[in-house]
Amino acid sequence: MRRVRNRPGAILPSEITPEAKYLSRRALLAGAVGLAAVQTIGRFSRPASAQAAAPAADALNFTRNAAFSVVEAPNSFRDITTFNNYYEFGTDKSDPAENAQHLRTRPWNITVGGEAEVTGSFSIEDIQRPHPLEERVYRLRCVEAWSMVVPWIGFPLGDLLKRFKPTSKAKFVEFTTLHDPKQMPGQRSSVLEWPYVEGLRMDEAMHPLTLIAVGLYGKDLPNQNGAPMRLIVPWKYGFKGIKAIVAIKFTEHMPRTTWAQAGPGEYGFYANVNPAVDHPRWSQASERHLGAGLLNSRRPTLPFNGYAAEVAGLYSGMDLRRYF
Amino acid sequence: MSPAARIIAKPLVFAACLLPALKLAAGAFGLAGWSLGTDPVAMLLHTCGRWTLNFLLITLCMTPLRDFTRSTLWLRYRRMFGLFAFFYLLMHFSVFVLLDQAGKLPAIGHEIVKRPYITLGMLGLVLMIPLALTSTAKAQRRMGRRWTRLHQLIYPVALLGIWHFWWQVKKDIRLPLLYACGLALLLGYRLWKRHRFALPFSVARLARTDGVSAAAPPCSANPCTDR
Repeated sequence: MRRVRNRPGAILPSEITPEAKYLSRRALLAGAVGLAAVQTIGRFSRPASAQAAAPAADALNFTRNAAFSVVEAPNSFRDITTFNNYYEFGTDKSDPAENAQHLRTRPWNITVGGEAEVTGSFSIEDIQRPHPLEERVYRLRCVEAWSMVVPWIGFPLGDLLKRFKPTSKAKFVEFTTLHDPKQMPGQRSSVLEWPYVEGLRMDEAMHPLTLIAVGLYGKDLPNQNGAPMRLIVPWKYGFKGIKAIVAIKFTEHMPRTTWAQAGPGEYGFYANVNPAVDHPRWSQASERHLGAGLLNSRRPTLPFNGYAAEVAGLYSGMDLRRYF
Repeated sequence: MSPAARIIAKPLVFAACLLPALKLAAGAFGLAGWSLGTDPVAMLLHTCGRWTLNFLLITLCMTPLRDFTRSTLWLRYRRMFGLFAFFYLLMHFSVFVLLDQAGKLPAIGHEIVKRPYITLGMLGLVLMIPLALTSTAKAQRRMGRRWTRLHQLIYPVALLGIWHFWWQVKKDIRLPLLYACGLALLLGYRLWKRHRFALPFSVARLARTDGVSAAAPPCSANPCTDR
């Protein structure tokens, strides 16, 4: 036993926290964070206890943005983390939860380029540091006509993009996912063209609803949900929410996005949730809300996924049948 | 196979065919830790659809198996497999109507007409109804040759089913492709069997040396078993 104790870095049995104790600490911490959130909204300073509590490795400090959250109950952590469309890890909904566990998300660098004054390679820490994190409970509507409600933790994409001082030529912003078939086994199949590319018009990217998510349910984003950093555009179909971002590029021309390339007649660049414009093969008028059980899951789909009041103005005068 | 073994085998096969349905039922009612996952409606819909296709292809395997093994044992199970295909198809349709579309009939009618892949599936279901209704030994005897002709509808039914599957997947067509290859093999075998005597003499003689043509006489003598 002595030898074991002397080895540097060895973990003593006495140092391992019993699971029950660990969980109770987590509950305490969650309570503290929740209290902090409430008090911040109430314009009180944060209690020292929340700051002093040593956070567990994956717990995040954030405030709850009630104004940008829907009132519907979020789906369970289990639903959100075991039912994923993330073809880099396989085409089955259960594949990402199984295959994404070995993705290394640190160190992680993001290349910023194109029509901007500040460009270069930045670590994820540099990207994230200046931005206070907030929780936003958003609707998520998949182009496959199912939906969820997800409590993301993140910061507005617009705040990040402003730091790079995009030039007047920047009309669009393009995002790229990591391309590493060794870590992403789905990329060994040619089901899509790799790497995955998505994009937004600048005004869409700067909209306060557009979020860069780094967490879920108060903790670091699980790998299968797009760690370390992904895009969330709640009024668009889920495939716009590109995951594991390694590059951001400001462009003058509309980016060639992955699904729009794969099926130009079925998936558009805009991909705004629109019950009036069907997918050529299936209806988009309604959706199956996951978590609602077997009998009452079907519900009508809302224009812009329920965010029409906030974003419909971005598209005034546009023929949304043509620009689907 | 001894008569006793035959009596035991059939209920065993029947029970095995029911297992996928029992697993789904256990999942739907949360029995024994089974669950239908995050999207239970899709799980029911897709599992029943897949087992419809599985049983259609299993049914179509019986004649080739008889030819290769020179045993008519396989044909004793063919009706059961065909009826299980119909059973899972009815479950698939019921889940679509009652759970997925929540029983809203105008919406369902609209979907069947407007979505080509649903139209195809619906056509397959309609074509299978006369097959299920005339599956009894009595109907088989009464209809004679016409029964064989009618039951050849299983070919377009299987084709429609796989097409319906192919058309609704978003991008990854590997699985429907696998089913299509299986069907192509099974239908190709039948075409080859029918036309091999029209082929050049040497090919025909080659064919006759294997077990295939040795089993041919009983099937032409009894039209009811040739499907």
